[in-house]
Amino acid sequence: MTVSELRDLRERKEKEHGRQGPGTSQVQIIIGMGTSGIAAGAKEVMKTFSEVLEEHEVQNAQVRKTGSLGLDHAEPTVEVAAPGMPRVIYGQVDEEVARQIVERHILEGELVDKHVYDRPAPDALTE
Amino acid sequence: MGYRSYCLVCSGDKCKNEASREVYKELRHVAEARGVDREVQVVRAGCFGLCRSGPIVKLLPDETLYVGVQPDDAQQLVDDHIAGGKPVERLMLRDEDCMPHLETVRQTGFYQKQVRLVLRNCGLIDPDSIDEYIARQGYAALEKVLTEMSADDVIGELKASGLRGRGGAGFPAHLKWNFTLQEVRRQARENPDSMSEVSIVCNGDEGDPGAYMDRSVLEGDPHSVIEAMAIAGYTMRARRGYIYVRAEYPLAIARLEHAIAQAHEYGLLGRNILETGFDFEVEIRLGAGAFVCGEETALLASIQGERGTPWPRPPYPAVVGLWDGPTVINNVETWANVPLIMLRGGEWFSRIGTESSSGTKVFALTGKVNNTGLVEVPMGITLREIVYDIGGGVRDGKEFKAVQTGGPSGGVLTAEHLDTPIDFDSLSALGSMMGSGGMIVMDEDDCMVDVTRFYLEFSVDESCGKCAPCRIGGQKLHSILSRITEGRAHDQDLENLDAIGNAMQHASLCGLGQTAPNPVISTLQSFRDEYEAHIRDRRCPARHCKALVRYEIDPEACIGCTVCARKCPVNCIHGERKAVHWIDQEECIKCGECYAVCKFGAVRVS
Repeated sequence: MTVSELRDLRERKEKEHGRQGPGTSQVQIIIGMGTSGIAAGAKEVMKTFSEVLEEHEVQNAQVRKTGSLGLDHAEPTVEVAAPGMPRVIYGQVDEEVARQIVERHILEGELVDKHVYDRPAPDALTE
Repeated sequence: MGYRSYCLVCSGDKCKNEASREVYKELRHVAEARGVDREVQVVRAGCFGLCRSGPIVKLLPDETLYVGVQPDDAQQLVDDHIAGGKPVERLMLRDEDCMPHLETVRQTGFYQKQVRLVLRNCGLIDPDSIDEYIARQGYAALEKVLTEMSADDVIGELKASGLRGRGGAGFPAHLKWNFTLQEVRRQARENPDSMSEVSIVCNGDEGDPGAYMDRSVLEGDPHSVIEAMAIAGYTMRARRGYIYVRAEYPLAIARLEHAIAQAHEYGLLGRNILETGFDFEVEIRLGAGAFVCGEETALLASIQGERGTPWPRPPYPAVVGLWDGPTVINNVETWANVPLIMLRGGEWFSRIGTESSSGTKVFALTGKVNNTGLVEVPMGITLREIVYDIGGGVRDGKEFKAVQTGGPSGGVLTAEHLDTPIDFDSLSALGSMMGSGGMIVMDEDDCMVDVTRFYLEFSVDESCGKCAPCRIGGQKLHSILSRITEGRAHDQDLENLDAIGNAMQHASLCGLGQTAPNPVISTLQSFRDEYEAHIRDRRCPARHCKALVRYEIDPEACIGCTVCARKCPVNCIHGERKAVHWIDQEECIKCGECYAVCKFGAVRVS
């Protein structure tokens, strides 16, 4: 890869993965899959999301993984971005809460009570 | 579908503030009465930290944060903000409550007291996707360095940044890098035909009990470390880098391997990187879990396939390191800062944190604190802000006693130090150290002598045995501490602890032995009374040391409810229903279960 190819790639990927901008037509379900998340059950949660999304025939949702947000007291954590909704981080997500996130948050536009957590901090790249 | 806005009310399970539950109920009630309950959804959210200013209410999507909200305020919040669209100024967080030391990264309503430099991508990107890393300025620093900067420029930026090593001792990174660069240049000048190989090493041998900052970075953002090492490779004319990770971190290793392979595929590692003629490879070396291998010379020996024992310095690895060549060795967190410094400039970085300790520090906040986890805070923040404003305070509303920092090489900070700004120098001055960033909160139930005994047990286990002060001194300290916790010690032992610790600090070969007595010396300073109580009164003030504790049932207070007898795991509590119970002291294992379950305060600890 040359320098200019890297720059082009970055520009393209910035648009594709732009994380802060609203107006995404896709539902993004991003699961914290660091060691602490996995220890708390993130793998089962990921499986549940796929199953429940399929059950409700939700087509426009993507289930992805990320590293640890650092909220170890609230693992597993899941960030949900859905069109027309604020981005929200859910904590202490077990299989039941994962189901509620799909059925209430994604399908009904309602937050799941008692599981919303605040983003721990702004980061130096998106300030 | 959906609501126009969402109203989050802080409400942790462990929260002792009843008011937030009332605020939640009142907000729901008022919203319904006003007929806006289809426009706003009021929900209970996890702890926001900032408990001193609680209860907290946050409105989404506009992100307005209200503090110190009382049930009476619900009407105004609904009328003015939710129905009227006009924020309630008097309940908003004031600027002076926001974070100092952060002019360059402050944004409106910056109330969280954290800012993420090192953890900038953790929890945001897929660590297995190089594309997502690239989308967030990934490899932009390497690109900049390769196309626009000389080796001296790189070191100049590093110097301007004031970055100090995050592995423990806080040695200025630019000095290390410059020593190596000067040695490389000397060799190139004096014997260009037989130059020794230059190496770049990442120390990922994170071994302090309770520390997992590096693991999170490697698992969440492996490319940031690889990119930083390539930058150093270019600067020091090295062709090879090694990441030393402990084998106990299988996920970090898998993600690193994947990241290295991807970087190769994209031509960001390997030959002729970005077609600039620069070649650089990164290899992973697995550590078998010996704590001493976190010490830089022992780590290098281990990479060389030798037994992981330290060698005396000088010469320092910067000059004579891996395979006798000049070597730059930094820890994971230090590396993760480097791309950002090259991108934003050293001057930008230096404005975060304090004058002598710039930037941020990642701490693993654990122990008796409500919100355990990784926090990244600007240097200069106080312990109080970390424990209370981020950590949500001590669990179960108990009394804060101390924080242990620096692991087995560190010491304790007490309530008296809650308002001391935390940086490298202030912690050393207090007899603790930054260490790699473990921060264990202790409450009134923790016995400081026993905690210290635990750290010594760790150091004794991990001593490599090469030098006598560490090998024998550590054993001696540990056996004295054990005697104290068992109530078999005498006054002379306190002096012995001091004398042995002193000798170890001065005569041990490497950092492990030199710092192993630190927990003893630090707790002797701050909690001498606890040591004395164990020795002179045969009493453990925290009621923790089993040999010194006795559980008894007060016949005046016992109503014979039988709960304690049923909960006792060894069935040593006897007595008829509605009659006074008694504990068989011979059988009692001092687990404290009866004390915890008695609702009448009839179980006494002495």
